[in-house]
Amino acid sequence: MSVYGRRRLMNYAVIGLAFAATAFGLLWLVLVLGTLVYEGAGAMSPALFTEMTPPPGSKGGLLNAIFGSLAMTAIATAIGTPTGILAGTFLAEYARGSRFGEVVRFINDILLSAPSIIVGLFVYEAMVVQMGHFSGWAGAMALAIIMIPVVVRTSEDMLRLVPDALREAAAALGAPKWKVVVTISYRAALQGMLTGVLLAVARISGETAPLLFTSLSNLFWSADLNAPIANLPVVIFNFAMSPYAEWNALAWGGALLITVAILLLNIGARLLTARSTFKT
Amino acid sequence: MAIQNAVSTDIRTSRQRGGAVGDALFHGLTLLFALLVLLILGGVIASLVEGAWPALAKFGFSFIVTDVWNPVRQQFGAAAAIYGTLVTSAIAMLIAIPVAFGVALFITELSPAWLKRPLAVMIELLAAIPSIIYGIWGLFVLAPFVQAHVEPALIATLGRIPFVGMLFAGPPLGIGVLTAGFILAVMVLPFISAIMRDVFETVPPVLRESAYGLGATTTEVVWRVVLPYTRVGVVGGILLGLGRALGETMAVTFVIGNAHHIHASILQPGTTISAALANEFTEAVGDIYVSSLVAAGLILFAITFIVLVLAKLLLIRLERRGGRAA
Repeated sequence: MSVYGRRRLMNYAVIGLAFAATAFGLLWLVLVLGTLVYEGAGAMSPALFTEMTPPPGSKGGLLNAIFGSLAMTAIATAIGTPTGILAGTFLAEYARGSRFGEVVRFINDILLSAPSIIVGLFVYEAMVVQMGHFSGWAGAMALAIIMIPVVVRTSEDMLRLVPDALREAAAALGAPKWKVVVTISYRAALQGMLTGVLLAVARISGETAPLLFTSLSNLFWSADLNAPIANLPVVIFNFAMSPYAEWNALAWGGALLITVAILLLNIGARLLTARSTFKT
Repeated sequence: MAIQNAVSTDIRTSRQRGGAVGDALFHGLTLLFALLVLLILGGVIASLVEGAWPALAKFGFSFIVTDVWNPVRQQFGAAAAIYGTLVTSAIAMLIAIPVAFGVALFITELSPAWLKRPLAVMIELLAAIPSIIYGIWGLFVLAPFVQAHVEPALIATLGRIPFVGMLFAGPPLGIGVLTAGFILAVMVLPFISAIMRDVFETVPPVLRESAYGLGATTTEVVWRVVLPYTRVGVVGGILLGLGRALGETMAVTFVIGNAHHIHASILQPGTTISAALANEFTEAVGDIYVSSLVAAGLILFAITFIVLVLAKLLLIRLERRGGRAA
């Protein structure tokens, strides 16, 4: 066979494999989401949102778990957002090119990909052991710690996109640095930073591992954050692993709820970015 | 006139002084929160070491090399969990790396322009699905399928080959190391392909175009231009994916079977560090049991930390060269 023919054949083979790989990758998206929608839709009912998690063998809903998840996510967001944005501000506005800034950035990136179950262990040792019991606060803290590196990273990236000419113009008018940051940089990067927060919320709303030993779970209604509190991921985990059909169905229902919420957050974040004014 | 001047100077200086104080305050505030990031890492390491100390002091080095996990006799060794963590991740990478490479190649080189965005978005959505969803799907859909179709076929074919057959011995259970590795592969696949795609796009178009201009085929462009240029970034991306696979908890816990044994066969149940933590931690009775689990967690953290540091260093090197990587 001629060299040319062999090269062409090789090329077709590789292109074919690349096609196959892409089809293979997308196949899982279809399979996982397909099963999820099919099984989850079967579990959807008004009871899912109005009733508590049932004892084994009877019907019920996920109201307490939904509430617990929302409460812990809200607290984690309230802690994680300002913390992440301020640390990101330091990296983007005060630590450009500094050695210390690089170290913080590096550590932050490591934390960003560190296993979430390790964060759970940390909060267990630091809060649960000290307090003597599992609690919603510990769960929220674990989620906040997972959220912080995500927000730090995106707010730094977004602040860096703000053109320096804007900062210089404000400084030339006599504005002190903090005022430049707050009224110019923040305002210009607002949409991008909001996107980052949305993505971070999406990230923590499905986290299960860090909640297993911090908030634990609770079969009953509890709004007390100082006690174990029900939450969707852990309820899904417990119910899916159980042998009871009703619990399994509820697990699928909860899984669909979480996935829909996360996909909506992601799409919302994407729409925000699409509208963002700074693309340079 | 003189009075006016005096007043205005006075105002200016007080405002400037206000600005300086505000600056110092704001700078200090942001610095404080940046320090918090370091503090979190320090806290994680300190608390893990403290929690793991009793077990490490009692079992010493044997904790890493023995696979006895006996809560009744309070004897613990994490070898089985460490082994399971490494093997499931190895299976996952074996499947995910070539597929992710194919996907990234398709998106950057072959896909028509209108399809690029949707494909990239779909892969990012796949990466955003939380691991518990993969776990529950693995338990209810994949494991029964593997048990009914994949494993019998493996046992009947590869299981008969000498030596290699040991990997595929035993009854088809559906739940086991192979299934866990496969779920992990599906999970890290979008993650690695997204990074590879980003990295491939750092190749200057001029390089690519000149190769095509000389008559190179797509394969040759990728093999001789794109890959050599992005090698560092590709390895960095793979390591980031590996870091994720090693620490992944929920997707594995559902399907691995939680058995503290080292089996030659990948069809048999096993456990990983994270799965052992998720399954046993809240039910662990006795200080030494809890401490052993924390010690296993410390080992997991050490392994992922090394992998992630390597990954970041490689990606930073690529970035410095002018490209922008993930």
